[in-house]
Amino acid sequence: MTDRALAVARAGALTTVQDQGRPGHAHLGVPRSGALDAHAATLVNRLVGNPPEAAVLETTLNGCSVRPRSTVTMAVAGAPCPVTVDGRPAPWGAPVRVPGGAVLDIGAARSGVRSYLAVSGGVAVEPVLGSRSTDLLSGLGPPPLTDGTVLPLGRPGGAHARVDVVPHPAPPSELVLRVTLGPREDWFTEAALRTLTTRPYAVSSASNRIGLRTEGPALERSRAGELPSEGMVLGAVQVPPDGRPVVFLADHPTTGGYPVIAVVHPADLPGAAQAIPGTPVRFVAVRHRR
Amino acid sequence: MRALPVGDRALLIEVDTGEEAEALHAELLRRRATGELSVAEIVPAARTVLLDGLEAPSRLAERLASWEVPPVPRRAEDVVEIPVRYDGPDLPDVAAHWGVDEAEVARIHAKAEFRVAFCGFAPGFGYLTGLPREVPRRATPRTVVPAGSVALAGPYTGVYPRSSPGGWQLIGTTDTVLWDHARVPAALLAPGTRVRFTAVAAA
Repeated sequence: MTDRALAVARAGALTTVQDQGRPGHAHLGVPRSGALDAHAATLVNRLVGNPPEAAVLETTLNGCSVRPRSTVTMAVAGAPCPVTVDGRPAPWGAPVRVPGGAVLDIGAARSGVRSYLAVSGGVAVEPVLGSRSTDLLSGLGPPPLTDGTVLPLGRPGGAHARVDVVPHPAPPSELVLRVTLGPREDWFTEAALRTLTTRPYAVSSASNRIGLRTEGPALERSRAGELPSEGMVLGAVQVPPDGRPVVFLADHPTTGGYPVIAVVHPADLPGAAQAIPGTPVRFVAVRHRR
Repeated sequence: MRALPVGDRALLIEVDTGEEAEALHAELLRRRATGELSVAEIVPAARTVLLDGLEAPSRLAERLASWEVPPVPRRAEDVVEIPVRYDGPDLPDVAAHWGVDEAEVARIHAKAEFRVAFCGFAPGFGYLTGLPREVPRRATPRTVVPAGSVALAGPYTGVYPRSSPGGWQLIGTTDTVLWDHARVPAALLAPGTRVRFTAVAAA
């Protein structure tokens, strides 16, 4: 067996392989998937000299441990966390040389939710419809990692970055989500629209890669009945019958039958990926770009 | 035809009927093929078509108003045949709902000509229209519906590409593989595909 491989020593709560996802297949019911904090995934790839489309690992809250079979360059960013190599502290947000057989450990997130690990050459599992991403809604892509999983690695391309510090947004203590209202704002009362954009919400612990669920005042509909299924976009703020808005993230269903009251600005979604349960959420209405 | 903005990069185009949505979808695909329309995703649904990944949605919305959308021609194109054993556990309920016997449910279903109106729910799951009758969903969804189940809900027929929870009425089973991501194309059924079900004897 090739030594371009990575053994998973500790899989953590939920660690998945992610790249830029598989857009373009929504009409077949295939979610886009891909790294939730796309900025962090791009950053770690740059740090190890990978192209932005290389597959990385996305951890959830408590990190993971991996053991490369040969010497590689790795980088961890996204949610800030301790990083060690064979127990010795290593930098976060910088390229780290990890000898073959050594264990790189990503500790629990000090803040935020998802840390990202890039390995020089990228994680080279077999792509499905052009992407290596694990899609937790539809089950496409590799299953979430388990202890003992061995992941193939690609050939390293460019040299790793030479940097002292990297700019990175801190995980939000308050999540401000800019939204444009619609397409189904007319399914809600005026009071509900005011409530959405003026009252505080909080991130629910039921959030996952499919959606950021919220707790807060219920949004009242102005009409009864069912909406025929319609196409859904990334960042759609869907309102299920309980009235609490759900922000669709990368593994969201491609169609849905609950009305979408607003859509979150895409630049605010990486922050949503890093907001721990309980984080205050404010939806701020902005106008449509003309 | 109404074009509703969806964020800054998408439009949801709403029409009055499923037939209009079908015709609009075909027209959008045609215009994308000619290079006139640049868009990342064209997602048809029951009464809408979503265009996602547009540079200037508001300009397209203005242009749309002047479009002539021809009805979809009923040409004799390839029809996907799906052999079905009409042995589903909800056959009695569907028969009772329609006021016919179970064999008649199978006859009605196998006589209809279907078309994939749109996909969703799971990769390769098509919502097929063409059945002349409707049935409600089951009051209590099943936690596990086996792959290959042929099922009805509302005006739609669908085939479960893989085992999953589901609330549709199960009338039969097929061995046809609806989704195989190692196959090209992965999905047997895409929006617009015509489908006929043929009855085969239970094994």
